[in-house]
Amino acid sequence: MPAVSKGDGMRGLAVFISDIRNCKSKEAEIKRINKELANIRSKFKGDKALDGYSKKKYVCKLLFIFLLGHDIDFGHMEAVNLLSSNKYTEKQIGYLFISVLVNSNSDLISLINNAIKNDLSSRNPTFMNLALHCIANVGSREMAEAFAAEVPRILVAGDTMDSVKQSAALCLLRLNRTSPDLVLMGEWTARVVHLLNDQHLGVVTAATSLITTLAQKSPEDFKTSVSLAVARLSRIVSSASTDLQDYTYYFVAAPWLSVKLLRLLQCYPPPEDGAIRGRLTECLETILNKAQEPPKSKKVQHSNAKNAVLFEAISLIIHHDSEPTLLVRACNQLGQFLQHRETNLRYLALESMCTLASSEFSHEAVKTHIETVINALKSERDVSVRQRAVDLLYAMCDRSNAKQIVAEMLSYLETADYSIREEIVLKVAILAEKYAVDYTWYVDTILNLIRFAGDYVSDEVWYRVIQIVINRDEVQGYAAKTVFEALQAPACHENLVKVGGYILGEFGNLIAGDSRSSPLVQFDLLHSKFHLCSVPTRALLLSAYIKFINLFPEVKGTIQEVLRSDSQLRNADVELQQRAVEYLRLSSIASTDILATVLEEMPPFPERESSILAKLKRKKGPGNLHPDLDENRKERSANGGTADHSSTTSNAKSSPLSFVGDLLAPASTAPSTKRPRPVSSSYLLQAPLTPIPPQASAVPVLLSAGPLFQVAASPTPSTDLLGLGSTITTQNSAPPASKGTSLLVDVFSENIAAFPVETPVAVGPVADENFSRFVCKNNGVLYENQLLQIGLKSEFRQNLGRMYVFFGNKTSTQFMNFAASVVCQDTLQTQLNVHAKPADPTVDGGAQLQQILNIECMSDFVDAPVLNIQFRYGGTLQNVAVKLPITLNKFFQPTEMTSQDFFQRWKQLGAPQQEVQKIFKAKHSMDTEVTKAKIMGFGAALLDGVDPNPSNFVGAGVIHTKTTQVGCLLRLEPNTHAQMYRLTLRTSRDTVSQRLCDLLSEQF
Amino acid sequence: MIGGLFIYNHKGEVLISRVYRDDIGRNAVDAFRVNVIHARQQVRSPVTNIARTSFFHVKRSNIWLAVVTKQNVNAAMVFEFLYKMCDVMASYFGKISEENIKNNFVLIYELLDEILDFGYPQNSETGSLKTFITQQGIKGQTKEEQSQITSQVTGQIGWRREGIKYRRNELFLDVLESVNLLMSPQGQVLSAHVSGRVVMKSYLSGMPECKFGMNDKIIIDKAGKGGVTNEAGKSTSGKQSIAIDDCTFNQCVRLSKFDSERSISFIPPDGEYELMRYRTTKDIILPFRVIPLVREVGRTKLEVKVVIKSNFKPSLLAQKIEVRIPTPLNTSGVQVICMKGKAKYKASENAIVWKIKRMAGMKESQISAEIELLPTNDKKKWARPPISMNFEVPFAPSGLKVRYLKVFESKLNYSDHDVIKWVRYIGRSGIYETRC
Repeated sequence: MPAVSKGDGMRGLAVFISDIRNCKSKEAEIKRINKELANIRSKFKGDKALDGYSKKKYVCKLLFIFLLGHDIDFGHMEAVNLLSSNKYTEKQIGYLFISVLVNSNSDLISLINNAIKNDLSSRNPTFMNLALHCIANVGSREMAEAFAAEVPRILVAGDTMDSVKQSAALCLLRLNRTSPDLVLMGEWTARVVHLLNDQHLGVVTAATSLITTLAQKSPEDFKTSVSLAVARLSRIVSSASTDLQDYTYYFVAAPWLSVKLLRLLQCYPPPEDGAIRGRLTECLETILNKAQEPPKSKKVQHSNAKNAVLFEAISLIIHHDSEPTLLVRACNQLGQFLQHRETNLRYLALESMCTLASSEFSHEAVKTHIETVINALKSERDVSVRQRAVDLLYAMCDRSNAKQIVAEMLSYLETADYSIREEIVLKVAILAEKYAVDYTWYVDTILNLIRFAGDYVSDEVWYRVIQIVINRDEVQGYAAKTVFEALQAPACHENLVKVGGYILGEFGNLIAGDSRSSPLVQFDLLHSKFHLCSVPTRALLLSAYIKFINLFPEVKGTIQEVLRSDSQLRNADVELQQRAVEYLRLSSIASTDILATVLEEMPPFPERESSILAKLKRKKGPGNLHPDLDENRKERSANGGTADHSSTTSNAKSSPLSFVGDLLAPASTAPSTKRPRPVSSSYLLQAPLTPIPPQASAVPVLLSAGPLFQVAASPTPSTDLLGLGSTITTQNSAPPASKGTSLLVDVFSENIAAFPVETPVAVGPVADENFSRFVCKNNGVLYENQLLQIGLKSEFRQNLGRMYVFFGNKTSTQFMNFAASVVCQDTLQTQLNVHAKPADPTVDGGAQLQQILNIECMSDFVDAPVLNIQFRYGGTLQNVAVKLPITLNKFFQPTEMTSQDFFQRWKQLGAPQQEVQKIFKAKHSMDTEVTKAKIMGFGAALLDGVDPNPSNFVGAGVIHTKTTQVGCLLRLEPNTHAQMYRLTLRTSRDTVSQRLCDLLSEQF
Repeated sequence: MIGGLFIYNHKGEVLISRVYRDDIGRNAVDAFRVNVIHARQQVRSPVTNIARTSFFHVKRSNIWLAVVTKQNVNAAMVFEFLYKMCDVMASYFGKISEENIKNNFVLIYELLDEILDFGYPQNSETGSLKTFITQQGIKGQTKEEQSQITSQVTGQIGWRREGIKYRRNELFLDVLESVNLLMSPQGQVLSAHVSGRVVMKSYLSGMPECKFGMNDKIIIDKAGKGGVTNEAGKSTSGKQSIAIDDCTFNQCVRLSKFDSERSISFIPPDGEYELMRYRTTKDIILPFRVIPLVREVGRTKLEVKVVIKSNFKPSLLAQKIEVRIPTPLNTSGVQVICMKGKAKYKASENAIVWKIKRMAGMKESQISAEIELLPTNDKKKWARPPISMNFEVPFAPSGLKVRYLKVFESKLNYSDHDVIKWVRYIGRSGIYETRC
C-alpha cells in the first residue's frame, strides 16, 4: 500500500473537522456545516474543472458530514469521477464514498460497475483490492449480479497476487452470504479447495472461511478439503512457533487459521481414510498436549489464542464423537479449566462439558467432576456461569448420582438467582421423576421444591405429583403424612396447599389413625389455610372437604357448618358458591352409600404419554384401526374355527358381537375397539326390523359367521369395510349409530333371505343427499344411480300421510328378487308407523314399479326412516339404502291468524325452552319470493303484515301427531347486508322447536 | 408542586440542582440530559415526559433551566415561574451564562430557597428579594431592620417596603409590543396578532397610589356612558379605542377594582417591573408589507425579487430592519442587487439577509437576487419557506395609547403634577412572515 505523501494531507478537511469539534452548540455546528456545504456546492458547480486533489478533499468532507448524520444529496458524480483517477488516495476516497453512500437503486450504479470492472481487469493489485473491497462492502444484489462470475475467476487465476486472492475470497464469501443463489458452483470450486495448499497463509485463512461457508451449503463439492485441511493443520500444529513469522501471534502459530480449519472439519464426519484420520488424531493430541505445557508468555493474548484453538479442537472432538481417549482427555482438560481463574474459561469449560456429557464415551469422565461443578454452583460469582453449571449437572445426571445432584440443586434453589429459578425447578422435577427409584424420595423432593420455590413451580409439576401418588398405592400413605407435616408450617405456599388439599382429600384416611392427625386436625389444618388462598385453590379445598365428609363421617357436622357459613354460601365467586351449595345439599341429602359412590377415590390416571407421541397418534386417525383389526381378525379366525362346531358356546357368541362393536367403533370414533361393548349388543337386540325374536336371530348370525368372517379376512373387502368406516365418520349429518344398525340390517336380511353369499356384497352408505330438498316439497326424484331411479309422490293430512314410491329400472335387464322395506330405528319405531304394501319381486327393464307407503305420526320425531332396497341385477346382489324424507313438518297444518293473535300467542310461548333461535349464513341468494315459497312448502301459514318489519317473515301452524297437537310460531329475519338469517321458533314442545328449526334453517 | 429545578450548561453538565420533593430521584437529572439535551433530534417541545416525570425547560443562551415534577402541575404556572426566575437572576448578576452561574451559585441556591418552598412558588419580586438577599452579605442589620423586613415580607404589600424617599419623583412607562404576522403571497393576512407589555420603572417616594388609563374599548365605553360629553367625538375617530383580547396584571394591581370599575389602580413596586401584558388581534397596524416574487428559470436558476413597503406616518422612522429570504438547499451561488441597505447571502443559514438601518414611513424599497442551483439526485422539491422580517418602530402596532397615569400620595407632600412621567412606545416584529 503506497504511503500517504505529505501533499495528500488535506489541510482543509482537518480544519473543517477541528472547526466542528470546537462548536459550542448544535446550532453552531449546523451553521458551520451549512456553510461548508454551500462552499462545496459552489465548487462543484461545474464552471471550472476541479483537480483531483480538491475533488478528493470535498468528497471527503461530504463523507464526514454524512457520517455526522446529515443528508447528502450531491457529490455522487464527483465521487464516481474519482474512481477513474490513477492516484491511490483519490481512488480510495472515491470507493469509500461509494461504499458508504451510494444506495443500490442509484442511477449511477452502471457507472460504478463500469469503474469496478476496469479496476478488476487492471493488473494493479491495489486497484483490484479496492474494487473487491467495494463489492464486498456494498454487497447488494446488483453487485452480486454483476460480479458473481468475475470474482471466482480472479480467485483461482494463476497469476493473481496473494493479497488480491485474499480479498477475492472474502469478497466471494460476502456475496455468498447476501445472495447465495447468485454464487454458482462451477469448475472453480475444485480449485478453491486447493487454495488450502497456498504458500501464503493469509490466502489460506481467507479461503478457509469461504470454504467453510460453501461446504455447509454443498458438502459433497468440498469433500476433498478435509484431507487438505488436516494436512495444513498438522503442519501448523507441528511447526515451531518461529516458522510462521508474521502469522505467529504471541507464540501461538497461526491461531486464527487453526480455528478456522477446525471449524471446517466440523462440517464433515470423521475422515474415513485411516491415514488422514490418524494424522488428525495426532494433531488434536498435540493441541491437547500443548495446553499442558507451561505458558510461553504471561500476556493474556497468548493464553487467549492458545485456548481458542484448544476449545475449537475440543468441539471438533465432540463433533466426531468417535475417539474415546480424545474425549476423555478433552474432558480432563476441561476439568482443569473448571477451577481456572478466568471466568470466561470456566464458562466455556462448563458449556463444552455439557455436550461432552451426552457422549457415551465421556459421560463417565464428566461425572468425575461432579464435586467441582457443585462447588462452582455454590461459589461462582457470575450468574451465567452458575447457569451453565446447572445445565451441566442436569446433563451429567443419571440413576447413580441423581439423589446427590437433585439434593444439590434443591439446596442451591434457596439462594439461586431469580432469573434461573424456574428453569432449575423444571430440571429438578424432571430429574426427580426420571431417576426416581423410590417414590417417597420423589414426593419429598417435589414438596421441598414447592417449599423452596413455590412461585416457580408450574401447574404441570404439581399435577404430576398427584398423578404419581394416585397411581402408586405404596406412596399414598407416606405422601399423606409428609404433606400433612409440610402443611404444619405457618406459611405455606399455595401450591403446597393445593397438593395438600388433594392428597388429604383422597388419602387422609390413611393417616387418620394417629391421634395427632385425626380427621378433625386434618380439616382444621386445611381450613386454616383456606382464607389465604386464591379462588381456584379454595374451590379445590371445598372438594377436599366433601371428600372428608365421605372419609370421616364424624367431621360431617363441622364441615357442614363451614359450608353453611355465609362466606361460602353467599360467596361473590360463582364457582365457590355453587360448590358450597351443592356439597352442602349432597352431604345432607345423600345416604352414606351414595356419598361413597359419588366421592369414590379417584381412578388411576392413564400413564401419561409424551405430548408429541399423543399428537402423532391423533394425527393417524383411521389408520390406527389396522392393528386392532388384525388382532380381531386373529381372534376371529381362532373363534371362527370353533364356531361351526360349537355354536352354543358363549365364547363363540361373543365374537360376532365384538365384530359388531368393531364395525360401530370407527363410526363412533371410540378409542378402543378391543373390548366387546355392551352398547353394541343392545343395538343388535333392538334392531327393529329383525322379524325373528332375538334368541332365534342368534342362530342365523352364527351360521353366517363363517362366510362373513372370511369376507372380512380377505384383503379387498377389509379395505372396503375400512372405507365404509371412513365414509361414515365423514358423513356426520345423521347419528352414526343408526348407520351401523342399518348395515347390520342389510347383513341380516340378506341372511334371512338365505341367499348364498358367493360374491362380495357391494354395500353402499345410506343415501341422503336429496333428503333436504324434500323438506319443503312432496314430489320429486329421491335417488338415482346408473341402475335405479327412485321417485316420490306424497300427500299428508293431519297426522296421516301416504307416499307413492316409484322404482324405475334404468337398465334393459330385469331386476330379480326386488324387495323394498322401510326401517324405523330405535325410538323412531314408536314415534312413526310406516306400513309398506308389498310389491312385485321383479322389475322389467325400462319399467317402473310403484309401492305405496302408509304413514302415521304417533308423536314428534327427529330421525327419518330408511328405505332399503335389494335386488339382483345380472347375478350380483345390489343394495341401496335411502333415507325417506318423512320429516316432522310434513304433519304441519297451516293456521291463519291476525297480528294481535300472533303476538299474544308468541308471548304465551315465552318460556326459554320453548324458543329455539338460530343465526346462520345464507347458502342461497336471499330472494323474498323464494323464501315465501319455502316457508309455505314447509307447511306453515305465511302471515303477511304481522311483523312490523315488512322484510321479516312470520308463519304459524299446528303439528298433528296422534297423541298431541303442537302449535308452532316461526319468525325469520333476513339480514341482506350481512347475508345472514335469524330464525326463531316457538312451539309448545322444546323437541319440536329444535327439530323444526334444524330442518328449516337448512333450507336457506 | 414543583419537584425540583436543575440548571445545565450546553454540554448537559449540572450546574445547579435543587430538589424540593422526595419523589424526584437523582436519576431525573440524567434522564433529562440524555433525553433532551443530548437527543439526536432536537427536542422542540418545552415539556417532556420521561417515565411519568414531567420536565419543563427553557433555554437562556447556552443554559438550560429545567423544572421537574411528578405531579400534574399547571404548566403555565411552571413557565411563569421559570421566566420569573430568569428575571430575578438577571437582575442580580446580569446575563445568564455558565460563567455567571458558577460565580454566583451560593446566591442562586439562596434565591431558590426563597422563591420556592416545598415546590410552591413564593414571593419573587426582585425589589423585595433584594432587601434580604444581597450579594455583599448582610451587613450588621439591627433588630428593627430585621423585624421590618419580616413584617414587610409577610405583610399585605409584600412588593414594596416603606420609607422609600426620592428627591425627584419620576416614572418611566414603556409600551413594548411585538407584532406577529403570516401573510399569503397575494397579500392576504392569514393570521396576525400583537402581544404587548406595559413595563414601568418607578422612582416614587412613600407608598403612592397609581391609576393607569389607556384606550381600551370597554373602559372608554364605561366612561362614555358616565359622561355624555365626548361620545360623538370618540366614535367618529374610530381607531381611538382598541379591543384587548386578554390581559394579565402584575400582582400589585387591585383586581377587584379592575373587575368592578375596569380601572387599573395599584401601589407600584420600586424600580422596574412589568405592569401588564395583553394581546390584541383586531385592527392591527402592519408596519411593513412584503411583496415577494419568485421565478424558477430551468432546473439550475432561481430569480427572486422582494419589495418592502412601509405603512406608517412618514414622520416616523423604523429601525433595525432585516429581511431574511430563504434559499434552496442546493444553492451554489447567489448574486444580489438592492437599492437600499446591505444584502448578503449567508450560506451557514441558507438565506439571503438584507439589512436596512433606517426607513421612514410610506416608502418602498426592493431587492432582486439570482440564485444558481446545483442539480441533485433526489427529486425533493424545495418547500419554499416564508420570507421573514425583523424591525423596530416607534409606535404601538395595536393602537394602544396611554391616556393617563395618575399618582396619589396622601401622606407625603407631592402631587400628581410633581411627578415627572416618561412614556415611550416601541413596536417590534415577532414572527413576521410572508409566504412566497
